[in-house]
Amino acid sequence: MTVTLFVPRDSTSLALGAEAVARALMVEAERRGQSIQVVRNGSRGMFWLEPLVEVATPEGRLAFGPVSAADVPGLFDAGFLNGGEHRLGLGPTEEIPYLKSQERLTFARVGRTDPLSLDDYLANDGYRGLRRALNLSGASIVGEVAESGLRGRGGAAFPTGIKWQTVLETRADRKYVVCNADEGDSGTFSDRMVMEGDPFLLIEGMTIAGLAVGAAEGLIYVRSEYPHAARALSQAIAVAEGSGYLGHDILGSGKSFRLAVRKAAGAYICGEETALLESLEGKRGIVRAKPPLPAIHGLFGRPTIVNNVISLASVPVILDRGAGFYRDYGIGRSRGSLAFQLAGNIRRGGLVEKAFGLTLRELLYDFGGGAASGRPIRAVQVGGPLGAYLSEAEFDTPLDYEAFAAIGGMLGHGGIVVFDDTVDMAHQARFAMEFCAIESCGKCTPCRIGSIRGVEVIDRIVAGSDRPAQVPLLRELCDVMQSGSLCAMGGLTPGPVLSALDRFPEDFGPKSALFPAGRGV
Amino acid sequence: MSTTPNPPSDDGISAAIAAHRDEPGALLPILHDIQDRMGYVPAEAVPLIAAALNLSRAEVHGVITFYHHFRQHPGGRHTVHLCRAEACQARGAEALIAHAKAELGCDFHGTTADGTISLEPVFCLGHCASGPSMMIDEEPHAGVTSARFDALTRALRTDPRRHE
Ligand SMILES: Cc1cc2nc3c(=O)[nH]c(=O)nc-3n(C[C@H](O)[C@H](O)[C@H](O)COP(=O)(O)O)c2cc1C
Ligand code: SF4
Ligand code: FES
Repeated sequence: MTVTLFVPRDSTSLALGAEAVARALMVEAERRGQSIQVVRNGSRGMFWLEPLVEVATPEGRLAFGPVSAADVPGLFDAGFLNGGEHRLGLGPTEEIPYLKSQERLTFARVGRTDPLSLDDYLANDGYRGLRRALNLSGASIVGEVAESGLRGRGGAAFPTGIKWQTVLETRADRKYVVCNADEGDSGTFSDRMVMEGDPFLLIEGMTIAGLAVGAAEGLIYVRSEYPHAARALSQAIAVAEGSGYLGHDILGSGKSFRLAVRKAAGAYICGEETALLESLEGKRGIVRAKPPLPAIHGLFGRPTIVNNVISLASVPVILDRGAGFYRDYGIGRSRGSLAFQLAGNIRRGGLVEKAFGLTLRELLYDFGGGAASGRPIRAVQVGGPLGAYLSEAEFDTPLDYEAFAAIGGMLGHGGIVVFDDTVDMAHQARFAMEFCAIESCGKCTPCRIGSIRGVEVIDRIVAGSDRPAQVPLLRELCDVMQSGSLCAMGGLTPGPVLSALDRFPEDFGPKSALFPAGRGV
Repeated sequence: MSTTPNPPSDDGISAAIAAHRDEPGALLPILHDIQDRMGYVPAEAVPLIAAALNLSRAEVHGVITFYHHFRQHPGGRHTVHLCRAEACQARGAEALIAHAKAELGCDFHGTTADGTISLEPVFCLGHCASGPSMMIDEEPHAGVTSARFDALTRALRTDPRRHE
């Protein structure tokens, strides 16, 4: 009997050796005369267990991990295809507490299916949202999205329904749906996991967006650092087109939507929506002043929806299950779920999709299991490189847009980067300024030059030269950046800098003076 | 061993221009196509692209220099992108970077003396739970130790045909 195995094709799984594992499984099965079929699925998002191999059994899928190619003969010896015990055995995949305690609305299929199999997609609730949307007016679709409470998952948390309403109401000969797949924030990979692990989901979401606002063209702007994601999307687009789900006359509805992938070119600022549009137009990624809003005057001057991958990928379940279903998850004005990404120095790093409202501490310890190094967690950066550094005192903050804003932080795209007690926070503050200096689009002086000055001032503080004057100078500089920058690049870089200075001042003195015995770093 | 993967040829440039010139916002697709074919965007391409897209040379040049991805000079046969962003820092990226520079004998944006490997920094590859991360051409690697870095890069340097 042919046994079905699953070995992820997710690029992090590949980065950890999944390709060699898949090959070893095939070779070993052949050698033993055992017939197997290896499905290359997306990742379940439990990266400390990757490469994660699953075996399909009548009782459900059983997980083994992390598996290396060298473990494969031993797995066969243990009879892992027939429920045999092995030290890498993890039991039924869906019973693993990390996975079981999640609320996977957007990521419901990721890791379970073959990303490029339309049959798999359809058999697992795929394209139900689109089918419903095809029978609704544009205004009804927009109404449904608005009622769900969905807010943009790219960082700014702007209500998606309001953005769509503006595009719907703006008359034009042509409109666009643009997907922001630039995912530049360190500590984030949820967009990548969707594009590689469930590309039809994003395609479906964008198609619904097109129907909602009357746009017949969509573009996905994928960062050049994600070649696997771009390839998976292009392949899935071809399959969807070939099967009548995309292109001309979708499912005989008379409505059309065409979709193409565009490759970015390694500039963080092109994740900012107006710089992204400039880039799509073939220009340098210089931020545009707003207004006019992209929803009114966007790509090539036409009304344009610009949404993050996860925002668009959350639309199919909203259309399928209804606005109320989605809105019932979450707290306050943060409705639905967020795909948190646990990254950096964390024992169990990966993707955790949960309704808003759990605390940072629950994520860090219940899910994450503390620092990977076994040392205490000292600092956590939430919301990407422009997000504040938080200390232990803030770990009980509920994960909710407003609660984070209240402590001077932001949830952003849901990335959570963990540092243990060996981190040097002055060094992290310096890095934030350096990153801004490298990635600034150059339009505003406080951002372009201020960030370079910021690096120099922090260097002087750390060196202990004229510290009483330099610390106020750094604060003043941050103040100028915050008030004199056109976009959040220059405007929010002071966040990580000042939070490091305020919450970890001991790192900004000359170490020899503050810690005579020498604090090991 | 040549440091130029493919010598400049007008054919590559013209073919890239012909393939994309009618797309709206064609400049980035053309530049990507040229770099994919030739390993970099040679200076000879600038006037040809400018003429085809009805842009000034300065505009084309401005776009090439704005984006970190585009190279104006030939690099090594392979490109190693090492992640230096926060989540990888938290997992030891800075030590790996220092090791990599010493092992390859070049800095970021430099190329090994034998012309095999160009070393480039990158801010995040999306493997942030499993760093330090790097990408060799388009092949991803995570949890990279110094020993693993040496094994992977030495294999490239002794087998020039890999990944061509
Ligand atoms: C410097 C900067 C970088 C950004 N990078 C991204 C990004 O990589 N991905 C993203 O979706 N949004 C990014 N954004 C936010 C976008 O400008 C915009 O808010 C978002 O694409 C809107 O989509 P949403 O409403 O679905 O979140 C960035 C913003 C700034 C200021
Ligand atoms: S703040 Fe910085 S990145 Fe933003 S527009 Fe100004 S210069 Fe450009
Ligand atoms: S920070 Fe290095 S891969 Fe994301």
